[in-house]
Amino acid sequence: MDATLRELQQHITEAMHAGTPLLIRAGGSKDFYGNAGAGELLDPRAHAGIVAYEPTELVVTARAGTPLAELEAVLAASGQMLAFEPPQFGATATVGGCVAAGLSGPRRAAAGALRDFVLGATLLSGRAEVLAFGGTVMKNVAGYDVSRLLAGSLGVLGVILEVSLKVVPKPTQEASVRFALDETAALRRLNEWGAQPLPISATAWQGTGTPGAGILHLRLSGAPKAIEAACARLGGERLDDRSAAALWRGLREHTDPYFATDQPLWRLGLPSTAAPVNLGGAQLIEWGGAQRWLRTEAPAREIRARAQALGGHATLFRGGEREDGAFTPLTAPVAAIHRRLKAAFDPAGILNPGRLYPDL
Amino acid sequence: MNAPNAPAATIDRDRQRALARALRTVLPGRGLLYREEDTRPYECDALTLHRRLPMLVALPETAEQLRRVLRICHERGVPVVPRGAGTGLSGGCTPLPDGVLLSTAKLNRVLRVDPLARTATVEPGVRNLAISEAAAPHGLHYAPDPSSQIACTIAGNVAENAGGVHCLKYGLTVHNVLRVRGLTMDGEAVEFGSEALDSPGLDLLALVIGSEGMLAVITEVTVKLLPTPQFARCAMASFGDVVTAGHAVAAIIGAGLIPAGLEMMDQSATRMVEPFVHAGYDLDAAAILLVEADGTPEEVAEQIAQVTAVLRRAGATRVAVSASEAERLRFWAGRKAAFPSAGRVSPAYYCMDGTIPRKRLGEMLLAIQEMEHTYGLRCPNVFHAGDGNLHPLILFDDNDPEQVARAEAFGVEILELSVALGGTITGEHGVGLEKITQMCAQFTPQELDCLRAVKRAFDPSGLLNPDKVIPSLHRCAEYGRMKVVGGKLPFPELERF
Repeated sequence: MDATLRELQQHITEAMHAGTPLLIRAGGSKDFYGNAGAGELLDPRAHAGIVAYEPTELVVTARAGTPLAELEAVLAASGQMLAFEPPQFGATATVGGCVAAGLSGPRRAAAGALRDFVLGATLLSGRAEVLAFGGTVMKNVAGYDVSRLLAGSLGVLGVILEVSLKVVPKPTQEASVRFALDETAALRRLNEWGAQPLPISATAWQGTGTPGAGILHLRLSGAPKAIEAACARLGGERLDDRSAAALWRGLREHTDPYFATDQPLWRLGLPSTAAPVNLGGAQLIEWGGAQRWLRTEAPAREIRARAQALGGHATLFRGGEREDGAFTPLTAPVAAIHRRLKAAFDPAGILNPGRLYPDL
Repeated sequence: MNAPNAPAATIDRDRQRALARALRTVLPGRGLLYREEDTRPYECDALTLHRRLPMLVALPETAEQLRRVLRICHERGVPVVPRGAGTGLSGGCTPLPDGVLLSTAKLNRVLRVDPLARTATVEPGVRNLAISEAAAPHGLHYAPDPSSQIACTIAGNVAENAGGVHCLKYGLTVHNVLRVRGLTMDGEAVEFGSEALDSPGLDLLALVIGSEGMLAVITEVTVKLLPTPQFARCAMASFGDVVTAGHAVAAIIGAGLIPAGLEMMDQSATRMVEPFVHAGYDLDAAAILLVEADGTPEEVAEQIAQVTAVLRRAGATRVAVSASEAERLRFWAGRKAAFPSAGRVSPAYYCMDGTIPRKRLGEMLLAIQEMEHTYGLRCPNVFHAGDGNLHPLILFDDNDPEQVARAEAFGVEILELSVALGGTITGEHGVGLEKITQMCAQFTPQELDCLRAVKRAFDPSGLLNPDKVIPSLHRCAEYGRMKVVGGKLPFPELERF
């Protein structure tokens, strides 16, 4: 066992005995996300490096402290990528933080979420035990899928030490097109196109300021012939490659002007066919209608009630007051399962307490 | 392949009568079975090596009946084993003589197909293929297609995280299920996932999928539907040796291609199936690869040209491309007939399910050829090569106890080699009872403790499918083999404890 791992293990052992809460934090690029953390800092960044990468296996294994940018550069050099396009939210983002936050970018609706690409993980539990689940193969049903459980767990179950992620080839070609469409028409079209064999890899609708009116962008990815056929069929106005790349990067990294705001930013996860949210405030719709961003001062209760009525949930993503919590509360039986899982992985309750929910 | 986790040996008739009286209030008529001639069909799943009679068989027709059955069993401390169609290959729904076998097969209605949202919501007993049939009028289908798809149910697919021949491109059950509604052992309604693409809290949906009926009983599943590809063609390539064929698989992936299907059969398998299906396989080839492209006609033409070029460069001695839909289906007919053919050439066969890194395929095949000599049994091989998922079919005579023992030992050696090559004991068939001992080789005692704690988090009473998947530490000690962290030695003999 290497020295950095031994140090992390010792830190947790001491905290466990003393009952000291630990704040697991690497690059801090996602400090804003979730509920505020508190406790003694535990920085896993020394545990870094790509452990194994063989492009023909479509798998990369990296330690948690590996900079996400470094990982993506290594994949790109072999013509591969992380299909879920994780947002980095800053140059300091790490692989461990990426998995713990569990966020996916513009390609999510087409390619799958971060959790869909987690093949295996090693974690350091709140008992200071090193536990490995899953592996590096595509299919694995030996035991429960604990490695996927870590995606989006915000560190409450353990310190992620190492993850194996499925990677995919970069598409050979991409093209982006735009349409002037109001919200209802855009949602309708997005769902209709979703049922057709079109190589749509990302979508974004933004209001133009006039009520209802907006612009829908589509990105198409795949084989050149398929892209050309789809462009001919869909119509719309074609973007040049440079502005297309800037658009999708801005949406992925939240550097798009839409996100430059002091207003609270809400993320609503809804069925793609859900009706317009109609809560006022500027809106940005991604993932074919399944992810709707809302800049609004409306009360949390009202937003959550509306999201629930539409079959989804609402997260206070950035800014705003968090007294109602960043995440939608769980039903009682599911909350009870959460508490028992927490107690199993972290009986002393020292790992990122409160970061996901107050009692975890 | 080993004695189960020591359940009670016989059925206690007094307990059976008392429980039957209680369950009768919930389950009228044929909803409750207790006579031996009625319960006998439930004694095993498709892994017929493990057979046990359940104390009772419950066949609820509604979710409310199901809930009340669970409440009664929970109150009385009676273990419950859920079962779908019983097509599983690992003994995951092997009954308990002191427990209730709870079949969800009668809850078999397709509740909703939403063509706009591209989802289907179904009861647990709906068959896998029935979902695609219900979606077909809308040009949609449910992608995971395990070979048992005519019979297997969606709840069983969720329990096992079922795959199929198309999962390299379209994913496993875990990638295609949006929401699972179910009941915990104490009858509480729970919902994992949502009709959105995510839900708040920990990803319990990921835990429940593949949990082999040990965490919750499924009452409803919402799946994602995908557009049905307009067109498909299949390339069939012959290879002079298995190692070259294995490298060709890596070459296809390395070229940035993700075919819709990428399957391998060795010579023993092609020669076994050809007399039955006349697929036109090259019987002189040491191995053949089937590589399917799907999509629009343009995409398919482009991908088939690329695949053919890669296969030739990788040393294929012959490449044929299907010229018609009939020919494409004929290429696949042999692959799909592998299991039934094994059943026709041999009194019994034992299907293994290890998964290994693709680059080790050739090595594994050579090792299995050696084992055929060691154990004196034939073992044709079919693979989901694109996923590195092996299905060696060990042929034996189940009326000969000595051959049964050899077949089991052969299987154990394949599983252990899968772990040693950096893979897993099971890719898609599950651990069940069959591979429970080999879990000791794949996980440390701490990891097994953690799995046990996950089970308790969902089922504190420990009554739901209690003796599957997770071996006792005692069993691991008896087995005498433990996972070695770092994996330096393939088969370490560790001290007992």
